[in-house]
Amino acid sequence: RDYRYDRVLFWGRILGLVADYYIAQGLSEDQLAPRKTLYSLNCTEWSLLPPATEEMVAQSSVVKGRFMGDPSYEYEHTELQKVNEGDKVFEEEIVVQIKEETRLVSVIDQIDKAVAIIPRGALFKTPFGPTHVNRTFEGLSLSEAKKLSSYFHFREPVELKNKTLLEKADLDPSLDFMDSLEHDIPKGSWSIQMERGNALVVLRSLLWPGLTFYHAPRTKHYGYIYVGTGEKDMDLPFML
Amino acid sequence: MEDSTSPKQEKENQEKLGEARRSWEGKTAASPQYSEPESSEPLEAKQGPETGRQSRSSRPWSPQSRARTPLGGPAGPETSSPAPLSRREPSSTPSPPAPARQDLAAPPQSHRTTSVIPEAGTPYPDPLEQSSDKRESVPLHTSQSERNTFQQSQQPKPHPCGPRDVSYNNAKQKELRFDVFQEADSNSDCDLQLPAPGGSEGAPSMLETAIQNAKAYLLKTSSKSGFNLYDHLSNMLTKILNERPENAVDIFENISQDVKMAHFSKKFDALHNENEMLPTYEIAEKQKALFLQGHLEGVDQELEDEIAENALPNVMESAFYFEQAGVGLGTDETYRIFLALKQLTDTHPIQRCRFWGKILGLEMNYIVAEVEFREGEDEEEVEEEDVAEERDNGESEADEDEEDELPKSFYKAPQAIPKEESRTGANKYVYFVCNEPGRPWVKLPPVIPAQIVIARKIKKFFTGRLDAPVISYPPFPGNESNYLRAQIARISAGTHISPLGFYQFGEEEGEEEEVEGGQNSFEENPDFEGIQVTDLVESLSNWVHHVQHILSQGRCNWFNSIQKNEEEEEEGEEEDEEKEEPDYIEQEVGPPLLTPISEDLEIQNIPPWTTRLSSNLIPQYAIAVLQSNLWPGAYAFSNGKKFENFYIGWGHKYSPDNYTPPVPPPVYQEYPSGPEITEMDDPSVEEEQAFRAAQEAVLLAAENEESEEDEDEEDDYD
Repeated sequence: RDYRYDRVLFWGRILGLVADYYIAQGLSEDQLAPRKTLYSLNCTEWSLLPPATEEMVAQSSVVKGRFMGDPSYEYEHTELQKVNEGDKVFEEEIVVQIKEETRLVSVIDQIDKAVAIIPRGALFKTPFGPTHVNRTFEGLSLSEAKKLSSYFHFREPVELKNKTLLEKADLDPSLDFMDSLEHDIPKGSWSIQMERGNALVVLRSLLWPGLTFYHAPRTKHYGYIYVGTGEKDMDLPFML
Repeated sequence: MEDSTSPKQEKENQEKLGEARRSWEGKTAASPQYSEPESSEPLEAKQGPETGRQSRSSRPWSPQSRARTPLGGPAGPETSSPAPLSRREPSSTPSPPAPARQDLAAPPQSHRTTSVIPEAGTPYPDPLEQSSDKRESVPLHTSQSERNTFQQSQQPKPHPCGPRDVSYNNAKQKELRFDVFQEADSNSDCDLQLPAPGGSEGAPSMLETAIQNAKAYLLKTSSKSGFNLYDHLSNMLTKILNERPENAVDIFENISQDVKMAHFSKKFDALHNENEMLPTYEIAEKQKALFLQGHLEGVDQELEDEIAENALPNVMESAFYFEQAGVGLGTDETYRIFLALKQLTDTHPIQRCRFWGKILGLEMNYIVAEVEFREGEDEEEVEEEDVAEERDNGESEADEDEEDELPKSFYKAPQAIPKEESRTGANKYVYFVCNEPGRPWVKLPPVIPAQIVIARKIKKFFTGRLDAPVISYPPFPGNESNYLRAQIARISAGTHISPLGFYQFGEEEGEEEEVEGGQNSFEENPDFEGIQVTDLVESLSNWVHHVQHILSQGRCNWFNSIQKNEEEEEEGEEEDEEKEEPDYIEQEVGPPLLTPISEDLEIQNIPPWTTRLSSNLIPQYAIAVLQSNLWPGAYAFSNGKKFENFYIGWGHKYSPDNYTPPVPPPVYQEYPSGPEITEMDDPSVEEEQAFRAAQEAVLLAAENEESEEDEDEEDDYD
């Protein structure tokens, strides 16, 4: 409405102790541009969240535990900092307060960066820069749908440059401009399952449990949603 | 004449281009010679008239061609018609219309062919020769109708090499473009072959030569793929005109790719379809069995029985309530699970059954049903494990007779705690799992305390295969089915709750029993009147656990392993003097049954349960929903009178801290240390010499003393 988004998608729900956050994202024309995130406690009133900065992410990484459900709730975190006062150097305990909103922003950002995925071919890049939705995308075939390499991270590529020349030769630059899921560490952090026979393929992330991606092969339908506590699963290597 | 006809031909071509291809079989449209034509074969039509003309003049090739192709230039349309007919017969040619067409064609032919004739001379034999090779239509040169006919009689993508030649000839005014519209399958290896016979026309002009050369270039076959540019372009343009996508110029490359790929799709289509259908088909077959009734005789009575003693829970109803809470599987899947449960109850003698939930796995998921067998109809399997093993070191007793007694280890393996009997404690219910509704249900083995104890220490994902090994430290005694059972037991013990008062203890067990067993039976309270939903949400004390808590020992009822140890001690008393076992193990006590959940421990300031009302807007029909924070994925709902528990998740407990695998215990001191087994270094050379020197010194000293004494004695004698 007011924000002039091309599309608004429901991103998911983060469960808090007292209340849940419903998150939506607004997209602009360029699919890879940073999105605007909105949150609401009751799906009727939405508020815009500030974009995530690295500072926020660093701050919130020290906060552990569940979300409270109250955006103004503040977490307290004590840090030891060296303070130089004149000639003396001593450590002081500083209590850092982190707002839940900040944490929310950084968690959403982390999840998006880490596990937002789209199938190969759904977007293509034009030489002018902006990426567009591929209108001739007809869905993955069944054999492709079962392979991890047919899904890409929906973010700027990080690992593309590290590929060998041989691999690069096989890539189609207009389609393969994002990292594929194949090289995610740890290996096996995605679970692919077919439901209803072969009518639907569901990928679940094990790194951020609660992130689910679905795609109906041979159709244009796909999407992902996050429903969970907003916590990363740090024990993944032990659990596989 | 030429000029007049050529524009006409152009127009024809355009018309054909504009139309979609239609199968010729249906159309015996002799009349619409113009409208009929497949866009693909405009040129062939042209060829018709041309050849017709020419045929009149001379038909050197017609006999040959007739043998091969229907292009037989006839002395008139009539002769050519048999040729096309013969050609078309294999492909279900509509012979009857052909003659008609030819009749009609004759007049236009006269128009058309004129311009073509001069050029037509040489190219005609080309099509004749080549069309036979092609599976597609060979241009009938007799008439435009023939063109239509053979166009349509051919397969959707005819190979008009011949027509192309013709068109080429016609295309004085840049009609090369129209060639494109002929739906030519690639592999048209038709190079221009100038026919030897014929060619009664004059020598081609310069322009025509140029055109010929250009076309020859376009027709050059690619050595790699067997295609040529000509065909490809014609395919692409046909496709574009047929489909008319928006912004075609933008996706031009994609279309090009698609057309290229389309060449391959045909060959593999059949295979792909076969493979891909199977999994869906399989599942459908299995689930179809669910939908069938299954019993044929005595339907009425069985129906009554079923209704009377229905052990089947009303899964759909629970699903409806859970959906209000935002929890659950879709209606589709829930219904299939419902039917699968029905199948389970039909095949096994089950008294009570409940849909416990769904556990997600890496490759496949588990659908779990909690089942209570009817009394006495238990399907107990023979237990192969020994309940209590005496684990004295067997060696010590066997080696008694040997001379060299090996040092005896006083390691005693901790006695295996026996598993609980079925129907009690952790094994109160039997669990069945299946991967998908429709697959057979598998019974999970009863859980033993050791498994629970170790399951508490590890955290592993389920793969979905029951026989998968669980590789972990500490090593888990069992495979995935045991681990699954252990987790189910823990989840049930931790999260199965009911509103206060729904269950009450049986009256016979009013007193607190001894420590041996807590109260482990309860029954529904017939006087339960329900609790207000708001009350349920506000205070956690309105909910109670109705499953026994599992002690850290791994059982629900305390098992005192000391007593048995005492017996063992008597036997081995002589040998084992030192014992490192405590004499007294504290009895483990857990919260008794039916404790309210307000007593649950918090996890680092997080309350163990989160309560919600399903809807704030319509409180009279809202239900109370509880989510467990300790076991994420466990939900319970109640609308005051009814309640239900459900689990859907990965099957792991929540901990805000990271998981750290337990450290291996320190090396156990098995043997008493002493000179017998303690290692000592062998003395080095210096030490030995020193020792010997010392010994000799002692001897010398002794001798000296003796000699002194002798001397003394000798002195005395003097």
